[in-house]
Amino acid sequence: MITLDGITKTFGGYRALDNIDLEVKDGEFLALLGPSGSGKTTLLRIIAGLAFPDAGTVAFDGEDVTGLKVADRKVGFVFQHYALFKHMTVADNVGFGLSVRKRGQRPPKAQIRARAEELLELVQLGGLGNRYPAQLSGGQRQRVALARALAVEPQLLLLDEPFGALDAKVRKTLRRWLRDLHKQMGLTSIFVTHDQEEALELADRVVVMDHGVIEQIGTPEQVYMEPATAFVSDFVGETNHLPGGIHVRPHEFRIVEDGGQPVIVESIFRKGGVWRIEGSLASHAEVVELDLDATLAPPSPGDTIRIVPRRLKTFPQSGATSHDQA
Amino acid sequence: MNTLSILRARHLLIAAALAFIALFLVLPLAAVFMAALEKGLEAYAAALVEPDALAAIRLTLLVAAISVPLNIVFGIVAAWSIAKFDFPGKSLLVTFIDLPFSVSPVVAGLIYVLMFGAQGWFGPWLAEHDIQIIFAVPGIVLATVFVTFPFVARELIPLMSEQGRDDEEAALSLGASGLQTFLRVTLPNIRWGLLYGVLLCNARAMGEFGAVSVVSGHLRGLTNTMPLHVEILYNEYNFVAAFAVASLLALLALVTLVLKSIVEWRFAYHRRSAGH
Repeated sequence: MITLDGITKTFGGYRALDNIDLEVKDGEFLALLGPSGSGKTTLLRIIAGLAFPDAGTVAFDGEDVTGLKVADRKVGFVFQHYALFKHMTVADNVGFGLSVRKRGQRPPKAQIRARAEELLELVQLGGLGNRYPAQLSGGQRQRVALARALAVEPQLLLLDEPFGALDAKVRKTLRRWLRDLHKQMGLTSIFVTHDQEEALELADRVVVMDHGVIEQIGTPEQVYMEPATAFVSDFVGETNHLPGGIHVRPHEFRIVEDGGQPVIVESIFRKGGVWRIEGSLASHAEVVELDLDATLAPPSPGDTIRIVPRRLKTFPQSGATSHDQA
Repeated sequence: MNTLSILRARHLLIAAALAFIALFLVLPLAAVFMAALEKGLEAYAAALVEPDALAAIRLTLLVAAISVPLNIVFGIVAAWSIAKFDFPGKSLLVTFIDLPFSVSPVVAGLIYVLMFGAQGWFGPWLAEHDIQIIFAVPGIVLATVFVTFPFVARELIPLMSEQGRDDEEAALSLGASGLQTFLRVTLPNIRWGLLYGVLLCNARAMGEFGAVSVVSGHLRGLTNTMPLHVEILYNEYNFVAAFAVASLLALLALVTLVLKSIVEWRFAYHRRSAGH
């Protein structure tokens, strides 16, 4: 179990992390989700031992590791841009962690090579050990980076925007693959992302951060359905801001014959299985996005429809306006 | 403008550039070799194996052998700290590294005379302990180190800044020690840039005239480097010998140029293949 207690970090007067408390359970797949500047990467680096907090403690299984360097923490770290060693073959990259061990603890060369092959097999890159990183695709490089991190048998796997540099299609495949790998290995893992879809799809629990503080910790379901703050409601999934600090997701509107709020339809297009309608609220001139079952006949631009929220959340208004989604 | 006149303008520009190079670079360089060989190969060889010439060659090699390694160490340390760490006074350090480029080499020589000369700050103390720096080999080494200071560091700083800290952090997270990280990750990453810097540094160390001239004292067979030896011979109207030694320096320049091209080509290839 990983326990963070009162972690605070400032960079030249800028408070990157403000009194962060967090517990990560064994075997858990945890996402640190937030916009850039939220402090999520700094927090990950502090857990890794690549950065050190100004105040607070980091403990692994109850043991204080706050002062330990990254090499002594038994963590695997996967970088956004892979950080593969360009002048080494893929197999040498994977075996690097074993080959730098002290004499006596270092396995013989043949054994390191065999272990590297085994791990490459695990990340579905068997037989590519003799290639150089430059000869691989982005997705393959990231899997090599993962195999390299796993080679030292870490007790904790940390991933910094692991899919950030990949294109959408590869990202999706790799995401599913990583989730399966986590299930198979059960290794406690923490990953940083700014992509809420990624966090909701992969993580057991999501930590939503903004401006150096934790806004909410919860399962993907909780974070999406029961956002604790206006920021979370805004950042995780799509949300309409209605007058009075009311937040309603686009799919949580219902069209009614009478009553409700009149909305003038401005544009309409197909978004996957639904009609996405963009309109303005007649009473407040607020822009509203709503989704309508695509099996129904769509309204036309210029029509007035009447809507009622099926579900809504109300937040204090000062908070609702201070965070604009980037 | 039609295509033909663009083409003609291009040919004209290329011809102008080539003519310029021929006039100002190739011709003088050829003249050096021609003047050196004017009285035949024997006179040429004799000028090179003459004891004072040999002493000058030996001293030049010695100075390069000391100042180039010092520069490598300093250059890597400076570039490493500037590229990989943030600390107060960083931009000041970068400015200081550039200082030898902006200061006239004569001033660089005078600095050391002012410090270590007989009338200098440390002069009396040095005389008391029978240590000679000015008009001796240590002074020449110091002046050369000063002048060549920026070469390796200047080459490495942009390279290492661009590469960032990820590779080193990855190595450390895999359990490598600081030394292992440097030898197995950092050094291979910067090897071509480093080699390039070393070549330039070496060429300058062997060819430096101004700063060395001030601190050397021009003692024949003792404190004359090759450039100084050339000047003395020339002033004595011993043109064949002067140009013979000069041709060695010119040869060094040519070898450096060829090596530099090879390194540049390798460097570019390495960068291309390392692209994300």
